[in-house]
Amino acid sequence: MTPPPGSLLAAENLRKSYGPTVALDGAEFSIHPGEVVAVMGPSGSGKSTLLHCLAGIVPPDSGSITYAGRELAGMSDAERSALRRSEFGFVFQFGQLVPELTCVENVALPLRLNGRPRKEAERAALAWMERLEVDDLRGKRPGEVSGGQGQRVAVARALVTEPRVVFADEPTGALDSLNGERVMELLTDAARSANAAVVLVTHEARVAAYSDREIVVRDGRSRDMERAV
Amino acid sequence: MNVRQWSRDLGLGIRFAFTGGREGWVRMVLTAVGVGLGVALLLLTTALPNILTARHRVEDARQDYSAAYTVAKADDTVLVGVTDTSWHDKDIRGRLLEPEGAKAPLPPGVGRFPAKGEMVVSPALKRLLDSDGAKLLRERIPYRIVGSIADSGLIGSHELAYYAGGEGLVPHAGGTRVDRLKAFGNPDPTPEKTDPVLIMMTLVVFVVLLMPVAVFIAAAVRFGGERRDRRLAALRLVGSDSRMTRRIAAGEALAGALLGLAVGTVFFLIGRQVAGSAEVMGESFFPSYLDPSPALAALVAVAVPASAVLVTLLAMRGVVVEPLGVVRTAKQARRRLWWRLLLPLAGLGMLYPMTGQGRGGGDFNEYLVVGGVLLLLVGVTALLPWLVEAVVGRLGGGSVSWQLAVRRLQLSSGTAARMVNGIAVAVAGAIALQMLFAGVESQYTKETGKDPGRAQMEINLSDHAPLDTARTELARTTGVRTSVTLSTGQVGGTRRDPESTLGFTVGDCASLREIAHLPSCHDGDVFAVDTPGYDPGYMATIRPFMRPGSRLWIDPTEGEVHGREIRWTLPATVRAVPARKDSLQSDPTGLLVTPSALPAGAASTLHGSVFLRLDASVPDAEEYVRTTAARVDPLSFPWTWAATEQSNRYTSLRTGLFIGAVCVLALIGASLLVSQLEQLRERRKLLSSLLAFGTRRRTLGLSVLWQTAVPIALGLLLASTVGLTLGAVLLKMTDTAVSVDWMSVVALTGAGAAVVLVVTLLSLPPLVRLMRPEGLRTE
Amino acid sequence: MSIGHTLLGLLESGPRHGYDLKRAFDEKFGHDRPLHYGQVYSTMSRLLKHGLVEVDGIEAGGGPERKRYAITDAGVTDVERWLATPEKPEEYLQSTLYTKVVLALLTHRDASDILDTQRAEHLRSMRILTDRKRKGDLADQLICDHALFHLEADLRWLELTAARLDKLREAVAR
Repeated sequence: MTPPPGSLLAAENLRKSYGPTVALDGAEFSIHPGEVVAVMGPSGSGKSTLLHCLAGIVPPDSGSITYAGRELAGMSDAERSALRRSEFGFVFQFGQLVPELTCVENVALPLRLNGRPRKEAERAALAWMERLEVDDLRGKRPGEVSGGQGQRVAVARALVTEPRVVFADEPTGALDSLNGERVMELLTDAARSANAAVVLVTHEARVAAYSDREIVVRDGRSRDMERAV
Repeated sequence: MNVRQWSRDLGLGIRFAFTGGREGWVRMVLTAVGVGLGVALLLLTTALPNILTARHRVEDARQDYSAAYTVAKADDTVLVGVTDTSWHDKDIRGRLLEPEGAKAPLPPGVGRFPAKGEMVVSPALKRLLDSDGAKLLRERIPYRIVGSIADSGLIGSHELAYYAGGEGLVPHAGGTRVDRLKAFGNPDPTPEKTDPVLIMMTLVVFVVLLMPVAVFIAAAVRFGGERRDRRLAALRLVGSDSRMTRRIAAGEALAGALLGLAVGTVFFLIGRQVAGSAEVMGESFFPSYLDPSPALAALVAVAVPASAVLVTLLAMRGVVVEPLGVVRTAKQARRRLWWRLLLPLAGLGMLYPMTGQGRGGGDFNEYLVVGGVLLLLVGVTALLPWLVEAVVGRLGGGSVSWQLAVRRLQLSSGTAARMVNGIAVAVAGAIALQMLFAGVESQYTKETGKDPGRAQMEINLSDHAPLDTARTELARTTGVRTSVTLSTGQVGGTRRDPESTLGFTVGDCASLREIAHLPSCHDGDVFAVDTPGYDPGYMATIRPFMRPGSRLWIDPTEGEVHGREIRWTLPATVRAVPARKDSLQSDPTGLLVTPSALPAGAASTLHGSVFLRLDASVPDAEEYVRTTAARVDPLSFPWTWAATEQSNRYTSLRTGLFIGAVCVLALIGASLLVSQLEQLRERRKLLSSLLAFGTRRRTLGLSVLWQTAVPIALGLLLASTVGLTLGAVLLKMTDTAVSVDWMSVVALTGAGAAVVLVVTLLSLPPLVRLMRPEGLRTE
Repeated sequence: MSIGHTLLGLLESGPRHGYDLKRAFDEKFGHDRPLHYGQVYSTMSRLLKHGLVEVDGIEAGGGPERKRYAITDAGVTDVERWLATPEKPEEYLQSTLYTKVVLALLTHRDASDILDTQRAEHLRSMRILTDRKRKGDLADQLICDHALFHLEADLRWLELTAARLDKLREAVAR
């Protein structure tokens, strides 16, 4: 199967094992620019591993991943890191903000990793924090803000580099429904308006409902529900 | 607070320490090893005085020179000839023994006198002689080995020494090469307490070495604190109150300290054996020397657990353990400067009254010295947290790695300061001591007046040695380029007890030109060398001896020392010549004499010396020379020219300090590494998410480096300041000109910096391992 | 829920008498509401008319309950189609979904496919609701949320069922 035309990020026949545990066993994936795709499935099905492979964090044992026409498998670790710095954004469930840095410094971090000067980076960071309605937290440290606020800061950080793909791994997993929905609204709105694709790993249907379509991962195999129907 | 409650809670803590599962064990082992290393070092330090006294005892017991000028030959006397030599950089103690009767005394550690051609040797020398490549040494010490010297006659397991049988030794009254003894040993043994400066320095060395160890132990009982806090929170949840948790925490620390005590004793015993069989910088000793004095050992056994409990209780003051987690009292009061400054100032105040007392001035108050040094060094540990907080609070800007490090330091500057306190104290103390050494060394270091550029070796021949044979043999020796032979004697104006005597030097024209500028020279000439700057009174008494035609006596009798009393009239011309600035003889005043100008028989009164210039490209040239010298004249004294020489005592003290400082720095490096790793482990999840959004490993590695380097740089800065101040005060106390030994400042701060680098390098592989996507998986 | 499809599905494992069909239905799906005979007859005659079943034989003694029915190829296809068609996401779907899953297991079809298909259908509805919610006023939001929570409950049940398919397979085979 070749990647669907026009797809930004596509994976074919991914296999990945951690020791004796098979995490991915021939998974497929594709996403278009500006699309929000939910990756669903029971825990332990390989959702997160799929995300890690797609984002170039973990190299798969076999299979191919193409991003904007480039094969990720052929890239060095440094190249993949550079790609993640400039083209991708990340939101995790928790524990991703550097506790010592203030919120605005946390948001500015990816820009600074890309070599942007501090002032400029923090100005851009503040603009994104405004969009996510957390600009009043700029001087606070992550330990001093609530979970929902922290996740919004994390979303701002994921979007600040204006990435083409945002990877979100259970971004609302630690939040109540109201906060979770707010984070999802802000994330998908911001991503859509920036024409960024979102890979959203979740096991919650109401979170997945913010996506354009979903794929289901079960026992390391993926199922694209749109193409199956 | 009743005792039962205390013991119950402490006991509970101890139980927790041992039953904390795998993690608990890891923590226990870390603490025990950390405390153990500290305890071993403490025990070693308590044993150090013993080493000095034990060595001193042996040295006293085998001393073989007598202050008395003449001892009559009897059947209870022995003649001892000194035949010390060197093999590469190792000194060999050599003696020739010739008993003069049945009741002749034996030196300690020797069972019977070796006959001529035989010797008894120390085990280390036997090993050396048996080894390959010691052929030259075997030629130099050609005697047959008939036994070994027992430990009681040696100052260390690696000492190289031998006693050989001698024959026909002639005691030279007043000389040190051959002595006639009635008994070995110092007739009035001195206790070590000789020089107040030395005592002060020894005290300071101990304080300087022990302070960082104390700081280290304090840090070691806090290993794994974060996990412990979580456990304590769980205890609060099931209903223990905050005082109980504190006592339980103290109990855990106590368990670690007690185990550490046991581990430390084992370390010490192992170290004692190793140290007994090892040789460090040319010094060795026996394990039995390393017995700690019981009182000090008992003190260590009590003080270490007690301080572990105390440190924990103190550290827990700033921590509120709540049932659902640990709250560090959020806004710590800004650190105040004034009382921190008070400590070092008080230290200076204690030392100041003793400035200028010097060596002649006599006693220093030991308590004031120790107290003052202690306060100054404790002042470092008090000032450093303030300094780190103040400086780090003002830092900003810079790269991402810098920002990560600075922000972390700002949040926990206390932890950072604690980590480097030990290094700062060690470096401050060591800088002060090095400065003191360097300053005082000039008092103990003699300018030899020798210029190694003019000649590399000088062989002083014993009296009556065949000078011509020695000269030709030495000149033929491998590695010798040229040789100069000069002999010296004494003349006086009268046959017996002359008012003053004058030295004269005999040599051929070429040799004499090494001493003075001679316009022309023929055998039979006599010259007078006049050195300006001599005491005019002395010059006035000897000037008549240098006039042409003077009537002189060679080797006059002085007191009980009988001379040959040979009559000598100077020739009609005695030309005055200027001395060379770089004369081979350092003190060329007097007469220069060509051989045939001397009367018959005079040659036997002269002391001969052969000066050698060596071919630097020939390896072991010195060893060849020593071997030849020993062959032609066993009692000859070959020595290598150096511009200066030091008192031995200082060398060993300095060596001790270096060894100690290295041990302490290694120890502190280990604790830094442990806490660094612990901190990294706690941040595994964060590290993985940083990796996810493309953070370079280099960035994180650098931030780890900055995080260690910034506090250490501040610590070293403070340490240098305090160290230089302390050094200056100590120098003032010994009444020595204050000068900074920049080399040692650089070397020691460099060593501190090296520790940072090594710690960072060692924590990089675990960092890379932790920065793996696996950390993102929720467990 | 479609009784016709259910009975057809029961016939897939082999021809049965009308009486057997009722018994099997009651046992597996009837729970507190057993089928009337009349319902079985009328349903079977409708299926006969559409050619989805055929009469396999009649036992002596007469009476409609004595007819033995067998499924035709067209009947199998019809069951297939029914199983593959997701139910319109509505409240209280579980009885139909349960029936579908059990039938799939009984007929050795992949039951997790049914679940995935249904989930996709649910999500489609949820997306529409979510979209309406985002654009609507507070009243819209509250109404949509009510529907969303119910759909989510269905989906959760589906997930749970999917996770327990193995156990269910054992129970059904018994």
